[in-house]
Parts: sequence; structure tokens; C-alpha cells
Amino acid sequence: MKYSQEQVTELKRKAIQVRANILEMIPPGKVGHLGGSSSIADVMAALYFHTMTVNPSDPKDPKRDRLIMSKGHAVLVQYACLVELGYFGREELAKVKTFKGMLQGHPDMDKTPGIEAVTGSLGQGLSIALGLALGFRLDKLPNRVYAILGDGELAEGQIWEAIMAAHGFKANNLTAIVDFNGIQATSTTKEIFPIENLAQKWGSFGWNVIEIDGHDMVQVLDALEAAKAFTEGPSVILAHTVKGKCFPFAEGKAKYHNAAMTEEEYKIAWSCIENMKREVEA
Amino acid sequence: MRTSDSLRKTYGETLVELGKENKAIVMLEADLGNSTMSALFGAAYPERYFQMGIAEQNMASVAAGLSLAGKVPFINSFAVFATGRAYDQIRSSVAIANLNVKICGSSAGLSDFGDGKTHQSIDDIALMQVLPNMTVLSPCDAVETEKMTKAMVESKGPVYLRINRNDLPVVTDPNAEYHIGKMTEMVKGKDVVVFATGIMVQQSMEAAKILEKEGISLRVVNVSTIKPLDVKALEGYCEGVKGVVTAEEHSIFGGLGSAVCAVLSKKRLPIEVLGVNDSFGTSAENYSILLKHYGLESEDVAKKVRSVLAAN
Repeated sequence: MKYSQEQVTELKRKAIQVRANILEMIPPGKVGHLGGSSSIADVMAALYFHTMTVNPSDPKDPKRDRLIMSKGHAVLVQYACLVELGYFGREELAKVKTFKGMLQGHPDMDKTPGIEAVTGSLGQGLSIALGLALGFRLDKLPNRVYAILGDGELAEGQIWEAIMAAHGFKANNLTAIVDFNGIQATSTTKEIFPIENLAQKWGSFGWNVIEIDGHDMVQVLDALEAAKAFTEGPSVILAHTVKGKCFPFAEGKAKYHNAAMTEEEYKIAWSCIENMKREVEA
Repeated sequence: MRTSDSLRKTYGETLVELGKENKAIVMLEADLGNSTMSALFGAAYPERYFQMGIAEQNMASVAAGLSLAGKVPFINSFAVFATGRAYDQIRSSVAIANLNVKICGSSAGLSDFGDGKTHQSIDDIALMQVLPNMTVLSPCDAVETEKMTKAMVESKGPVYLRINRNDLPVVTDPNAEYHIGKMTEMVKGKDVVVFATGIMVQQSMEAAKILEKEGISLRVVNVSTIKPLDVKALEGYCEGVKGVVTAEEHSIFGGLGSAVCAVLSKKRLPIEVLGVNDSFGTSAENYSILLKHYGLESEDVAKKVRSVLAAN
């Protein structure tokens, strides 16, 4: 085990703070991708505050691992992590998606320190991550690459091109993480574009498949370690999650894929944050 | 200096030559390596050659990732697939991010004569030049192809290179300096100027000879960089002429003609745009049949020149 109980608790605190930062970016009336940002918040906290090699004081440090947010619409959760690490000041949070802000509606590597690619047109991030992984391997570098995918995004054909290619190249420095929340912009993934048997699908395409509860910090950490330890090819973590996790009014609802909260919902959301803080310290 | 008339072979050989010193160069191919000639690089440096299979979209975004890892990736396919099949990947993964990815669209225009309309590109210049950050290059012979390929490696940012499948006579000066963004006067003339690209440079040079016999003096300018267009030079070459013709093996919409018209829209000069007239291609037993059918011969250039003169 490469982490202590105290580290797990600290990561849980971070995950709460990440969700708080998300709330800070989308006050009542401001539209934002709350659902898909909070579903992957625990995995993102584990990656940024534990698993990945990062250097906030030098965002272009060649030694850093890379995280490609293929489900770019959920970039709020990435901003929430980056601000916590000090990639930019907290004053930027209020300016998200504004003309004068550096935090764009979708990931933009030119505008935002810590963002590693341009994503948002769905289906492209796994390929970009594979290119990085192949580049690092060519230079015999130890850097690892992580791609965060949405389950709805798996309808994009390019994802499956990348899945086949990554297996073909045996890209063992690449880990894909599917935010398997079962809900996309307008309805359930099951209803819109069924993608059953994901574990069998990825497995039959030659990937090392790890299936976890994406809100259980210990499972998340173990999965990330297992992916690192697997050297024969790429690994995918199918993280079962709840869209809008921790905010009861939004949990499991397609409406909060991209919506504005009401004043009342916003108050509830903050009280959820306070409750979680108390629970984690209990 | 290369004596070969093959643009694509020259492209492949030049990258083999450059790849010897420059280890950052990597090649990606979508299973057409024996046509695009990227296979030459694969034979020389197998570890830096990525066979991506028939999956152009993935290939374009993987190239973006390789570029982010510090490599100079060249992606290769036929022009239709390199640009059209992977358009959004080039737009989003590559061009918005302004990444150092080089795209080689081989068998461009009608040059893949036998394969027909699905394989002939009349829209690739349009697709690439509309993208901010993108440079668009269109060589007219092997000598220019070699210089361009070298310049592409030196340049930063995304570049699209459009290559003819067929051997073409060398018309550019092997000793002349080459810079991306510069246009070259191939034939001096004063009555009309033709701005041509690719094979239409040779056709326009022939047209100049035809017109000379009629007492018409045609200036021929090789616009091998379609974007960024050298506006100052373009306007300079228009000084004193009575009309302008553009000539390209591409749709009359969205290509060199459109770009030139946008620059010259305020000038009171008659302009004729010569290209493929809003039509897809077709199969033929040789290239010449298609050039004749689509009105891309020297006589077609000459007709356009007479037409702009008649408009005076």
C-alpha cells in the first residue's frame, strides 16, 4: 500500500474542497457543467493531489505527468484542482467563462496554466493522450499520461480507434479513466446510445480493465496504483460514479449536465459541503 | 539537388535525409505509405514510424499528442482523407492549439486519376486555409517540394502540404532561395498576371507561350504558399496589368482564387478564377483526360486571359 489512512482522509478533504471550488465558479444563475464535474471529482483529487507528478511552480516542467480532459465540458473540476495547487489565483474562479478570464468554457492550453491540450470536441482526448505516451516512450521518459473520458463520449468512433491503437502500441504509460455516471446531456446513456458491457468491450480490445466505485477514495487510489503497475499495455479504470455527486438535487439528473442552480439549490449545495466537512473530521 | 520529377518521392526522400540528424521528426501513416512515400521514412527509421492503420481521425489527434511531447510529427494520407476525414481533429486537436503538426495531403487534386471522385480532392485547400494558425503549401514541382519539406521542419505551427501524385516537369530554379510565404515570378509579362499554384503553374507557363504568339504578354506567378498569402507581393504583381487570372487544380470556391479575390476586391481589375467548376472528379485512364475535361489545360488559362482582356 502506497498511502496511509491519514493520506486518504486528506484526499477526501481535497475532494470536498474541489467540489466547493466548483460551486464557487457557478453561483446561482450561471450555467455550468455541475453534474459531470462533480461525478469525477474524487478521481481528479486522487490524481492531482496524490498519484500524478505535478509541479505547480513550473507548469511546463518536463518531468510532469499529463492529464488530458477528453470530456472537456467538465473542465470545472480540473480548474478546481489546479487552483488548489496554485496554478492560478482564486480570483480567476469568478471569471470562469468570461471574456477577461483565463478559464475558458472548454480546456485551452494557451490560456490556462496546467491545461495540457485543447479538448472539448468530444472523442479526441484519448488519441492526444496516446500521442503523448508514444512520444515519452520514444524518449525513454517515465512520464505517465491520464485521459479522462465520459461514458457518453464513448459513442464517438475515434475513441475506439484510439483504444485499438493504444493496445497495438502496448502503451503501458497510458491510463484511461471513464467517468461512468450513466447520464449524458439529455438523458441516460442507456437510452441515448447503449454502451453495455464496457468492461468486456475494453477487455476484448486488449486493455487491462479495472472496475471501481469512483467515489471510494481507497478504491480509486488502488486502481491508479494497479494501472501504474501493469506493464504489458494500457489500463482503463471504469469508475462507476453518480452524476452531480454530493448535491442531492442534482444527483443522477441529466438536467444538471449543464445548468444554472437556483439560489435555494446553491444554499443546499453549500450546506452539503459543510456536512461533508464535518463527516470527514468525525 | 534532386533530378527526380516525382514530388511524392522527393517528399519521402527529403524526410529520410532530414530525419538522420533531426531525431524529433516522426511519421504517421494511414496505410497508404507506398503511395504517400512515407514508407521510405519507415524503412530508414522504423522506431519513428507510426503505422496508424486506416484511422485518420485518431492519427491526427495522436500527432497532436506527439507534438505536445516535443516531436515534429508528419501525418500522411491522400489529401481527401488527411484533411476531410480528420477535419475536426485537425481543427480542434491541432489548429486551435497551434501545434507543430505537419500534414501531407498526397494524391491531391485530380492526380489520383483512376480512383475517381472519392479519392480526388477539390476541397482540401478550402478546408485547410479556413483554419486560423494553418499554413497551406502547394508545390509545383519536385525541386520546390524538397525546399518546402525542409522549410516545414524549420517552421513552427501546423502546416498543410498538398502533393500531386504524378511526375511533373521541374520548372523552378534549383538554386533559388526558398521561403514559406513568398511567391515567385516564373514568366515576366505586362498585360495580364496569372496567379497559379501546383500543376497550374506549368500550364500557365505554357499559356504564356501561346499568348505570346498572339501578342499578349502574360506574367506568371507561382503562388506556392496559399496561406499566409503575400498580399504585398500580390498587389505588386498586379500593378500595371489589365486583368488578373487565378489558376488551381481545386474547386473555384475556397481555394487560391477565393483568397486572391478577397485581397483584390477593392481593385478595379477584371478577375477570372480558373479551377474545378463546382464539381467532383471522375475516373479516367490517365491524368491528361481529367485536366482536359475539367478545363485545366494551358489553353484554358489562355482563354481566361483573353476573357479578362476583353472585359477592359
